Amino acid sequence: MHYIEPHAHMVSRTTADYQQLAMAGCAALCEPAFWAGYDRASAQGFYDYYRQLTEYEPARAAKFGIPHYCWLCINPKESEDAGFAREVLQIIPDFIDKPNVLGIGEIGLNKNTKNELAIFEEHVELAKKYDLPILIHTPHLEDKLKGTKLIIDALKNANVDPARVVIDHVEEHTAGIVLDAGFWAGMTLYPESKCTAARAIDMLETFGMENIWMNSACDWGISDPLAVVKCALEMKKRQHSIKTVQKVIFENPARFLKQCKNFVLPETP
Amino acid sequence: MPTKTDILDLYFMDSRAKLLDIASYLDRLDRHEGETDFRQEGFINALQTMLETKENRAAAVLNTLSDHSTEPEEAATIQVAYGAPQNHENGSPEPQITSN
Repeated sequence: MHYIEPHAHMVSRTTADYQQLAMAGCAALCEPAFWAGYDRASAQGFYDYYRQLTEYEPARAAKFGIPHYCWLCINPKESEDAGFAREVLQIIPDFIDKPNVLGIGEIGLNKNTKNELAIFEEHVELAKKYDLPILIHTPHLEDKLKGTKLIIDALKNANVDPARVVIDHVEEHTAGIVLDAGFWAGMTLYPESKCTAARAIDMLETFGMENIWMNSACDWGISDPLAVVKCALEMKKRQHSIKTVQKVIFENPARFLKQCKNFVLPETP
Repeated sequence: MPTKTDILDLYFMDSRAKLLDIASYLDRLDRHEGETDFRQEGFINALQTMLETKENRAAAVLNTLSDHSTEPEEAATIQVAYGAPQNHENGSPEPQITSN
């Protein structure tokens, strides 16, 4: 079995995790820019972070034969300070031409505020300017439903092609909203605050297997870098065919990611 | 497609254990001193919703635990989420940090 991990925060993980991913059949890995667990003190901190995403992590992944890609942005948690966020936004074009950059992400909302929304819209304009796909973070827990609706309204107002946008961290109350509007949906296997493997498979069975992927979003929290391949195992227990499993964990993310000019379909057995 | 028996075989014991965890959590709250807050109110509402709903129960529970306002907030006073829509009159508990 081979698969693509479309959302993993490897800067927070150990090298042993890369080893585990490689042994589990991870053929490519994508890392969105995110919150470090604390607010950075300066825009220069993001410059260093983007170097880590575009230089250091690809080299670390390559030691295990895993192509590493990334998405760039300032995350919504740090976007509440709009002045600071705009300083960071000015840095991003310096990195857009790096060979492992896929697009803009994970942008989105956190507490659904006016400033977060303004910075989200400025990221969308940046993506449009450079003709880049977008990866979107939807808010946590009680804020997800409202945030998802605000994000979709903003994307429609910006006339973004929904086929080039993946809206991540969907759950049962938002998956239909996202897919019905023509966007791609991402399910995050992060049981405490997102969903379990069992629920992810329920969503696949309910909403269909098209334009949807699943990811571990493994980071510095309690999370599992092997969550995707474990969910694939659970799909087999639920009597889904190998062909269906491969579609969800490899072909679907590959189909979306092929829209990114730097993405190269990984060699598989 | 798996049968209902297949689903029971796969998930009954796990769900039974989770059900007992919820029951013991409710007892645990009752045994201890102090007041609960909006999170527990949301939890009980979500339990009732789950029992009263006949399909799409997970979505119904999530909707019960969601903020249904539609306008963007003026500003963020916290960075985290609590898991249930907040009743400001009950104050804010110590938040759990949600990472990704």
